Amino acid sequence: MEKHILPDIRHLQKLDVYEAHGGYKAFRKALQMKPEDVTEEVKKSGLKGRGGACFPTGLKWTFMPKSRGAGSQTTGQSEKPKYLCVNGDESEPGTFKDRQIFEFNPHLMIEGTLIAAYAMGVIISYIYVRGEYGKWIKMIDKALHDAYAKGYIGQNILASGFSTEVIVHRGVGAYICGEESALMNSIEGHRGYPRVKPPFPAQNGLWGCPTTINNVETISNVPLIINNGWEWYSKIGAAKHPGPILVGVSGHVNKPGVYELPTGVPLLEIIHKHAGGVPGNKGIKAVIPGGSSTMVLRGDRLEGVCMDAESLKAAGSSVGTAGLIVMDEDTDLIKVITRIAKFYYHESCGQCTPCREGTGWLWKVLKRFELGEGRQEDIDILMEVANNIEGNTICALGEAAAWPVQSMIRRFREEFEKRVKAPQHKPVEAVVV
Amino acid sequence: MLSEQNLKRIDELKRFYQTSRALVIPALWMVQEEQGYICQDAMKYVAKLLDVPYGHILGVVTFYTMLHQRPVGKHHVEVCTNVSCMLRGSDRIVAHLEKRLGIKMGETSKDGKWTLSEVECMGSCGTAPMFAVGEEYYENLTPEKIDKLLADLERK
Repeated sequence: MEKHILPDIRHLQKLDVYEAHGGYKAFRKALQMKPEDVTEEVKKSGLKGRGGACFPTGLKWTFMPKSRGAGSQTTGQSEKPKYLCVNGDESEPGTFKDRQIFEFNPHLMIEGTLIAAYAMGVIISYIYVRGEYGKWIKMIDKALHDAYAKGYIGQNILASGFSTEVIVHRGVGAYICGEESALMNSIEGHRGYPRVKPPFPAQNGLWGCPTTINNVETISNVPLIINNGWEWYSKIGAAKHPGPILVGVSGHVNKPGVYELPTGVPLLEIIHKHAGGVPGNKGIKAVIPGGSSTMVLRGDRLEGVCMDAESLKAAGSSVGTAGLIVMDEDTDLIKVITRIAKFYYHESCGQCTPCREGTGWLWKVLKRFELGEGRQEDIDILMEVANNIEGNTICALGEAAAWPVQSMIRRFREEFEKRVKAPQHKPVEAVVV
Repeated sequence: MLSEQNLKRIDELKRFYQTSRALVIPALWMVQEEQGYICQDAMKYVAKLLDVPYGHILGVVTFYTMLHQRPVGKHHVEVCTNVSCMLRGSDRIVAHLEKRLGIKMGETSKDGKWTLSEVECMGSCGTAPMFAVGEEYYENLTPEKIDKLLADLERK
């Protein structure tokens, strides 16, 4: 497939190279369209969020108030300003795709941001990037600086009457800030605590103003749709979840990395054809298809499973961030799940009791299995704790912590049973009659 | 406490944010850049600078893992041990670093040169295993590569 998000063009991160390859054409085109037509185009394309929730992007945009508020110079200034947050917190273990966009095609993300800002009448867009990506933040800053200088961002952009601003906001090392409402709290200068929904961000987001949050990769798909039309886009990949998708392959493969593929590519094709297969031609014991929070799948049940929302749902998992983690036949899955549980324990923000306490319990009980000290009843305890977290928390971190454990027990129960400590029978003394 | 240049940056940032509270994290980043960590006096300073209660600043500093309340070594080696790195041998990397630096995870060497920390996924899963020193990522690590990197850093 031709690559659109990460094409093989040298120095594409530079503005003049990006422009020479059709860059900012989509934004110019959008500025000639009615804002609602831009949204409609994105809606019809079928683009779904690439950050994990798979929510239809165009539909999300329609939740924003229609009035052209404070940002637009075409109407009065009485309404609340509208904001866009571009989510580049990228902290889900197994996910390293947005980083590629920051490094190799930052202007695509900026162009998508500007089109979205125009469609929704946004006055300021915040590109929220995880704090560890300091090096990449500098790259985005450079790209933004150049786009400002060229007049793509700022006041009365390209004499269209539309004005908008874009700024990078640096995160501070918290997985939870990838959750959209925690992200907004973090921008506001608070701890990264998720908010109770409703109210939803489109009504009550940053500082109580209408706000939309889109993933970096999602927003980077927008220029493609505007340039080529929704029909073209909707024909790429899986019908119900179309478009190019950045699949990050890690773990036991010969060529780990980010691969831009159409949605709907079989997982086995990704592993064997694109990622070069498993080292030593070993068998696959398990895969995690979309970042550590998605349900683990058995390696012997991958036939016909594809990288799209529908197929992965049918297989009992989800597409998540398309961060595919491959584990060969020799992998200690108990060690894997213990490490994943430790991560969610560390990253729980602590607001909700089931998650704050439950994630720690999961980790501690799993650690017993890792050390070969598990008890038979611990398997049920793990399941019960996970079930009590799931659905009982403000945000989806609860599910993110519960799903890996639940799926690991359901699909690899034998691994747990193998680690149950043999009961220590005391020798029975012979009774002499 | 903050440099003139950073105070100017704070001023420039104001137009992007509705409240001064939103400048707390940018300001704390600047403090850390200038001083290496965030002491209590710095928190009080930021509280006053932005007219935000000190308790709020303390709450923020203690919440986010990248804000340090204690000085860290000159070279802060942060090793990812999360699942993708683990599958590609981060255990070996940790063991090698501990041996080479003579400190355990979470410790700082006596001469203040090295701090070794375990960190969560850094987004280097495709180039695992890895560690970061400051903003620089060192990827596809092997013990041999580490020896060379440590020698280079030692000279800096």
